[in-house]
Amino acid sequence: MIAATLRRQASRRVLPGFGLSLGVTLTFVSLILLLPLTSLVGQLSQLSLSQYWFLISDPRILASYRVTLLAAAVAALFNAAFGLLMAWVLVRYEFPGKRLVDALMDLPFALPTAVAGVTLATLYSSQGWVGRWLETLGLPIAYTWVGIALAMAFTSIPFVVRTVQPILEDLPSEVDEAAVTLGARDGHAFRRVILPHLWPALVTGTGLAFVRSLGEFGAVIFIAGGKPFETEITSLMIFVKLQEYDYAGAAAVASIVLATSLVLLLVINLWQGRFIRRLHGREA
Amino acid sequence: MIRIGDAPGVRRLLIGVALVLTALFLLLPLVAIFAQALMGGIDLYWQNLSDRYTLAAIGLTLLVTLLTVPINLVFGIFLAWLVTRFSFPGRRLLQTLIDIPFAVSPVVAGLVYLLLYGRNGWLGGWLDGYDIQIMFAWPGIVLVTIFVTCPFVARELIPLMQAQGAREEEAAVTLGASGWGGDLRVTLPALAHALLYGVILTNARAVGEFGAVSVVAGAIRGQTNTLPLQVEQLYQDYNTVGAFTSASLLALLALLTLAAKAALEWRAARRESLA
Amino acid sequence: MSIRISQIDKTYGTTRALAPIDLDIRDGELIGLLGPSGSGKTTLLRIVAGLEQADGGSIHFGEREVTQVHVRERRIGFVFQHYALFRHMSVFENVAFGLRALPRRQRPSNGEIRTRVMQLLEMVRLAAFAERFPAQLSGGQQQRVALARALALKPDVLLLDEPFGALDAKVRQELRRWLRHLHEELGFTSLFVTHDQEEALELSDRVVVMSNGRVEQIATPDTLYREPANRFVFEFLGDVNRLEGDVIEGRLTCGNASVSVPGVEPGRRELLLRPHEVHLAERAIPAAHLPVTVASIVPVGAEVRLELEADWLEEPWLASVSHAEFERLGITRGRRLFALPSRLHGFDAAGAQNVALPVG
Repeated sequence: MIAATLRRQASRRVLPGFGLSLGVTLTFVSLILLLPLTSLVGQLSQLSLSQYWFLISDPRILASYRVTLLAAAVAALFNAAFGLLMAWVLVRYEFPGKRLVDALMDLPFALPTAVAGVTLATLYSSQGWVGRWLETLGLPIAYTWVGIALAMAFTSIPFVVRTVQPILEDLPSEVDEAAVTLGARDGHAFRRVILPHLWPALVTGTGLAFVRSLGEFGAVIFIAGGKPFETEITSLMIFVKLQEYDYAGAAAVASIVLATSLVLLLVINLWQGRFIRRLHGREA
Repeated sequence: MIRIGDAPGVRRLLIGVALVLTALFLLLPLVAIFAQALMGGIDLYWQNLSDRYTLAAIGLTLLVTLLTVPINLVFGIFLAWLVTRFSFPGRRLLQTLIDIPFAVSPVVAGLVYLLLYGRNGWLGGWLDGYDIQIMFAWPGIVLVTIFVTCPFVARELIPLMQAQGAREEEAAVTLGASGWGGDLRVTLPALAHALLYGVILTNARAVGEFGAVSVVAGAIRGQTNTLPLQVEQLYQDYNTVGAFTSASLLALLALLTLAAKAALEWRAARRESLA
Repeated sequence: MSIRISQIDKTYGTTRALAPIDLDIRDGELIGLLGPSGSGKTTLLRIVAGLEQADGGSIHFGEREVTQVHVRERRIGFVFQHYALFRHMSVFENVAFGLRALPRRQRPSNGEIRTRVMQLLEMVRLAAFAERFPAQLSGGQQQRVALARALALKPDVLLLDEPFGALDAKVRQELRRWLRHLHEELGFTSLFVTHDQEEALELSDRVVVMSNGRVEQIATPDTLYREPANRFVFEFLGDVNRLEGDVIEGRLTCGNASVSVPGVEPGRRELLLRPHEVHLAERAIPAAHLPVTVASIVPVGAEVRLELEADWLEEPWLASVSHAEFERLGITRGRRLFALPSRLHGFDAAGAQNVALPVG
C-alpha cells in the first residue's frame, strides 16, 4: 500500500506539464470565473446592510421569489415522475422507435432556450395549437405560473432521465428475481426494492432540475408575460433592473439567486456522498 | 426471465403513456418550429433567411462559436490533465469552481460581466480610457459565452482520465511499469470520443446561449444580435414567421447535435461490445 | 414436499438447453445438480423455481401441479449465486422482506415478524448483526443472510444456485457442513446446483449428473463413485487412468504389459481406473504384469500421490497409496514396481462394465 502510494507520487512527478497546465488553468479560472464574480462582491460591498435588505425584500421581488420557487418546484416534481417513467420505459422495454425517443430526451439541452421559449409561448398561447384547446377547458397556460412551470419543466427534462437511466441499467436481474421469489407483488417490489436503488439518482436529478429551473430565463420569459407580482421570475427582475441601470439592485438580487443555487448544489453533493457510503460501506 | 413490470398490461400502459408524453412535450414543439417557419411558404422562408439582419446575426453567431469552442477546448484539456494527473492543494476546490457556470443563472452570469467590463466597472472604466469597448459589443458576447460553456469539455474528459489513471496505477504496481501504460488503441479513441462530445455540447450551448448574451449584447440590430437574440427581437416585433425562420436554423443545429451524440454513443457501445 | 419433474424441456433459439428430463425427488431429500457449465443444471433449477418457463412437461410439488404457477405462488425459497441481498436494507429487513410482502390478511403483526426474523437470524448465527447492512458483512455471512431470507416464508422447496461458488475454500467447507446440519434439522426438500464434484458428493443425498442438457446418472454419492453409469460420469467425478490394448481370450496386452480381464469381449479396448484402484507390488502376479517407474511423489494429507510412467503408457498414471504402504515398499523416485489394478472399468455405448481383479 505504502509502496504503491510512493510509486504513484514518483510517477506523477515524471509526468510532464504540471507547471504549464497549472499556469494556464489558474489564469483562465481567474480571468473568466473569479474576476467577474469578485465584481459582484465589489458592487455589493458598496451597499449598507439596510440598503441591501431593502433591495432584496422589495414586495415585487418577494413575489418573484415565490413564483420562481413554486414553478421550479412543480417543474422539478413533474420531471421526477416523467424522468423516472422515461428511464424505466427506455431501460426495461423494447418498442419500435425506442432509439428515437431516447435521442429526443436530450432535445431540451440541444435546443437554444430562446427557441424553446418562443415555441412554447406560441403553442400554449390562446391562439396556439395546444393553448386554444386548453382555453376551452378553462385552463389558460400562457401568462400564468403554470406556463412558467411548463417552460422550466421542458428545459430540465434530461436531468432526471439521464441520471436514473444508467443506475437502472446496472441493476442486476437478480434483484427483481429475489423480490419475486420472496412473494412480492410488482408494486411492492418496485417501492421497496427498485425505488430505493434509484433514490439517490432520482433525488440528485430532481435537485439539479430544480436548480436549473430556478435560474432559467430564455425559455420562461416569453410564456410568462411578465405581469408584476404574478408572473415575474427572479431572473427577469435582475434583467429589468439592469435595463433601468439599477446595478446595485440587480447585484443584490443576483447575490440571492447565486447563493441559493450554490447552497443547493452543495447540499445535493453532500447528500449523495452520504448515501453512497451507506450502500457500499465506504466512500466511493 | 422474470422481471418486475413485465406483465403485458403494465408494459403496454407505461410505454403508451411515455410515448404520448414524449410526443406532447418534445416532438410537438419541434414540429411547431418548422411548421411556423414554413407557414408563409418556402419563398417567404428564403426571403426571411436572406434578410440583412438575419445574415448578420448568423455571422456574429459563427464568430462567437469559432472563438469560444477552441478556447474552451484548450482550457478543458489543460484542466482535465491538471486535476487527473497531479495532486496539489486546492484540487477539489478547483473542480468545484469549474462547475459554477452550470449552477449560475445565465442572467447572473451576464450581470457579473456587465459589472466588471461595463463603463462603470473596474476594468470597463480603465479600458474605456483606451477606447476599448467590451460591453454591448462582440467581445463581451464572446466572454460570457466562454463563461457559460467552459465546464463542458473538462467534464467529459475528467471521469474518463480518472478511470484511466487508476488503471495505469494498477498496471504500474503489478507490472512495474510507469507513466503512460495501458492499451493506447483503447484509451485514445475513448479520449477522442469524450473530446468530440465535449466540443459538440460546447458548440450547441455557445450557439444557443440567450440569457447571458442578452444582458451584455445591448441588442443593436445588425451589430450585436446573435441568432437567439434575433429570434427574440423578431418575436417581440410580432414577426412570428421571421422569428421561427431563425429559430428553425437553431432547431436544425439542435437536431444535428442530437444525431451526432447518438452516433457517438452508438459507436462507443459497439466498441465496448467488441472489446 | 416431494418434487416430480416429468418431460421438462427447454430450447433457446436453436440451442437445446434441456432434453426432456424426468426426475423424482422425495420429501426431505437434498439433491445436488452437478455438471460442467452449459450442462443445463441452472436452467433446470430456474425452471423448478418458476424463473424460467419450460417449453413442455410438468412439475409437481407433492400433489400440487405448479407448472403454470407464478414464482410468487410456488412457495419456494431461492438462494442466488451472488446472494442478491437488498443492499439498502439492514440484515433484519432483508430477512423480514418476504413476511412484509404478504397480503395484509396473511401478514403477521410487527411483533410476530420480529420474533420470527430473530429466530431465523439465531439459526444462521447472525442475531448480533441484525442492524448491519449487507456491505458490512463477509461473503459467508451474506450467504447465511440469503439463506435465512429464503427460509423465512417456510418454503416447500429450497433451491440454491451455486451457493458456495463465490467463497474461499475454508468458508465453503464450513458452510457446507452447516447447511447439511440445517437440512437434517429442518427437513426441507432442497435442490442445489454446483459444478464442484466434491461439493456435490459431500452434501447430497443423491446427485444428478448432467451434461449437454441431459441427465447422465441419478444416484447416491457412493453408487455414483463406485458404479458410474457411463464414461462421462466416470471422468467428471475424479481423476482417471487409461489403459488401452488388444484383448485376446480374456487378456489385454499392451507392449510388454498384460492384464487378465475375464469377460471382456476380444478386440481393441480402452479400460479406465481411478488412482485409488491402482495398488503397487514388488513382483508381478499371474493376473497382472504391469511394470511401472515412479516419476514423482507428492504427499497429500493422509495419502501419497504418485505419478507412474511406463513405455506402454501414453500418459502417466496417477496412484494414491497410504503412508504405510509407501513406507513398506520403500518408494523413491525412479523405483521400478508393478501395478496391480483392483478394478477396471470399461464403457461402451450400451453402458458400463466393471472388471474386478484379485489383488495379489
